Formats: sequence, structure tokens, C-alpha cells
Amino acid sequence: MEIEKVIEIEGLKKSFGEKTVLDGMSLFVNKGENVVILGKSGTGKSVTIKCIAGLLTQDEGSLRVFGEEVKDMNGEQLKALRNRIGFLFQSAALYDSMTVRENLAFPLKRVAQLKDKEQIESLCVEVLQAVGLEDAIDKMPADLSGGMRKRMGLARTLILKPEIILYDEPTTGLDTITSKEISRLILDMQERYQTTAIIITHDMSCAKITSDKVMVMNDGKCVAEGSYEELENSTDHFIQSFFK
Amino acid sequence: MPSQLPFTETLIHVADQAYFLKSFFRNLFKKGFEWDELFRQLYVIGYRSIGIVALTGFILGVVLTLQSIPSFKDFGAEGYIPGMVSVSVIREIGPVIIALICAGKIASSIGAELGSMSVTEQIDAMEVSGANPVQFLVVTRIVACTIMIPLLTIFADAMALVGSFVANTTSNGITSQLFFSKAINILDFTDLVPAFIKTIFFGFAIGFIGCFKGFSANGGTASVGTAANSAVVTASIWIIIIDAIVVQVSNSLLYS
Repeated sequence: MEIEKVIEIEGLKKSFGEKTVLDGMSLFVNKGENVVILGKSGTGKSVTIKCIAGLLTQDEGSLRVFGEEVKDMNGEQLKALRNRIGFLFQSAALYDSMTVRENLAFPLKRVAQLKDKEQIESLCVEVLQAVGLEDAIDKMPADLSGGMRKRMGLARTLILKPEIILYDEPTTGLDTITSKEISRLILDMQERYQTTAIIITHDMSCAKITSDKVMVMNDGKCVAEGSYEELENSTDHFIQSFFK
Repeated sequence: MPSQLPFTETLIHVADQAYFLKSFFRNLFKKGFEWDELFRQLYVIGYRSIGIVALTGFILGVVLTLQSIPSFKDFGAEGYIPGMVSVSVIREIGPVIIALICAGKIASSIGAELGSMSVTEQIDAMEVSGANPVQFLVVTRIVACTIMIPLLTIFADAMALVGSFVANTTSNGITSQLFFSKAINILDFTDLVPAFIKTIFFGFAIGFIGCFKGFSANGGTASVGTAANSAVVTASIWIIIIDAIVVQVSNSLLYS
């Protein structure tokens, strides 16, 4: 049986003014797979996932999600695609003028068009239980710790039951114990909701725990791909530098 | 990256504003208007500005009256002070001063709030979740400003007349009945309507510039301060320009 490819990127190029960020990037992600992207800062990792979510448009190359070319989508098609994609931002990007409950209810009311208050409440409680934050439902984002904010961001991402989740440095700024908790949570989400994920990280412990496949980026393109163990045993000096 | 020519930069900026304006109108009539957020913004923009607007209006009336009394006394024309204050406050000083105060308070607040949301990726988060940030954040704020600035101006004008009465009655012993009958009877359609219409444009400009500057912030926390500052300066300039345009148009329509 052929494995379904949910994300297909070929020869992607993206520049900001004179600066070329993506220079022929290619990546294929199979359904249900966790792909970790490693790379130095400024090498185009975040730009890649922002292109996948339709927040940025590539200059050249092809980017297909669920078989559809993202740059050819109109507003409605893009909205439909985004309903199937979740994005966990590096800063968690919680709406700081709203409580945890309101943060979670926001996409339910506007995207899922839910009106029933009890149904909204039960969905909020369900995702908060999934990330272990059920006691924080009435708190403001400013009252949450770094780890709790990441969990909360993940809860808001999960509430629409996305098929793909894009994680932008999910463990950055967290202590070792909390980083491992978040990494295990990512793995748990994959098992529980059968999600496909791209995880950008500099945290090798997170990469080891969460990855089915690891991809290394340099100068705007993929330079190596394989399992964590394969790349860990690579003799290439550049790839070795991530694992030392 | 070589910097672009100032003229090219200006054209790009104007094009960005035109695109933002188009986006506002497209979302204004879209299904799913954010009524709850509009009422919250009406409260934030209107109710929370009442204090500063009332104080400004009252002091405006007091100062205008106290400064006019010596000159009017020289001509034995103290009786014209209520009418003079009423016409000058309602036609020009009230709307412009209150709009400038609101540019400082409201445009800067919107610019900073949306700027902060932009640099912390909250706007991107809304967009990527499939929600519509323009409908939720921009439409509600611009509509709330367009509704509340005219109402705040009417309130400030009333407070200016009260202030003028207090100053007048302290200096000249004029009765409230005489003061307000002189202040109100002198007003006619040509004083009230153009002044009210321009406050609607002032409100729109304050909301629009605040939102545009906030949405355009993209350079880290420093750009939040820049967005707030730029929102005040640009909104103030637009208020002066709109004032000049409305005077020209209303003069040519009403007095030609």
C-alpha cells in the first residue's frame, strides 16, 4: 500500500529583498509522521512552515499540502486548509487580552461555528485535560508559566482537531524537565490524534523523543535526511555538530 | 539591502494604506460581524475617554471665556460672549481639540495594542487558525471610533458651554437661563451639521490610522513604540487635513 504524502515541497525559493532565505528547499512528509527540522538560526526553517500554513508565499517552487498547491488557493480554500492545520508558535502567541477559556473558545466560535455554550465548554475542558491544564481555565495568559503557556498554545492548536501540526521551537526557553514533558506531549498527541507534524527545534532531546525522521537544513535547503540514529552516526562534520 | 527612494517608499506606503482600507470595507459587510467585540470597543474607546474629554471641554469653555472678557468689555459687548463661545466651540475648537486628544489617547492605544499583537505573532495565530483578524480587530475598532468620537465631541461641547457659563457667571453674574438661551439661539443648521459630519471623519481617521500602524509593526518590541507614536502623529495630521477639506466643502455647499 502506498503511503500518503500530506506535504510535498519541491525546489522552494523565498527571498526577502536581497536576502535569499529558501534556496531550493525540498521536503516530503508522510501521513502520521513526525518530521524534525534542524538547522542554524536564519536558515529558513520558520519560513518553510509559514509557507506551509499560507502565511508567506514562495517566490518559486512547488508546495502542495493534501495534494493541493497552496499558492494557487483562493481565500476560502486557504481558510479550509488552515482548518486542517495547527500551528504552535515559538512564543505560543496566546491572545493576552483573553482568559484561557476565551482563547480556546475563539477558534471554536469563529472557525467551527459552534454556538452551544455547553459543547464549547466541554471541548475546552477536554483539550485542557489532554495537556494537563484543566485548573487554568479561568487564568489570564500572563498568569501562566513558560511551560504552561506552551501547553496552552498546544491545547488551542488541538481544539480544532488538526491533521497537521507545525511546531515552531516548542521547547525553546524551557528548563530540561519541562522540555521533556512538552516533547512527550507532542508524541502523545501524535498517538492520540494521529496527527502529522513538522517540529522545528534546536533541542536535541526533543528531536530524539519526537522524531520519526530528521531533516537538516543549511543555507535555505535540505542537506541531510534520515532517522535520528542515522544522522547521529553520520561522519559529516556539519551534521555531527548538531549532535555533539 | 539598498534603501528605496523616498518617493517610491511613499508610494508603497500609500498603496499599503489603500489595500488596508479595501480590506476594511470588504470585511465590514462580511457575514459574522463581531458584535460582542464592537460593544467592548465602544466601552473601551467611549466610556474610558469620558473623563479626559469632559475635563478638556470644561477647561476649554472656561479659558475661552476668561480670555475674551477683557476684549469684549472694551467694546461693551460682554453680552455676545455666550454666542461667541458657543459658535467657536461647536463649529471648530471642540471637534478639532477633542479629535486631537483622542488621537493621543485612542490611536496610540490601538497602535500599541495591535502592534504588540503583531510582534508576538497573535495576529498570525488568529489567521492560521482560520479566524479573520481584520474582522475581529480592525473592523470593530474603526467602527467604534467612528461612532464614539462624534458622541464624545457632543459631550465635550456641552461641557465647554457649562465651563463658559461658570466663568461668565463668576465674572459677569449672568443667569443660566440667559446664558444658555444666548448660546443656543445663535446656532443654526450650518453650525451644527458640518461640525458633526467632520467628527465622523475624524473618528474614522483615528481608528483607521491606529489599526494600520499597529498591523504594520513587524520589527520587534521597538516597532510597538514606533507604531504608537506614528499613529498619533499621522492621525493628528489627518485631522488637520480633514478639517481643512470639510471647511472648504461646507463653505462651497452652504454659503455659495
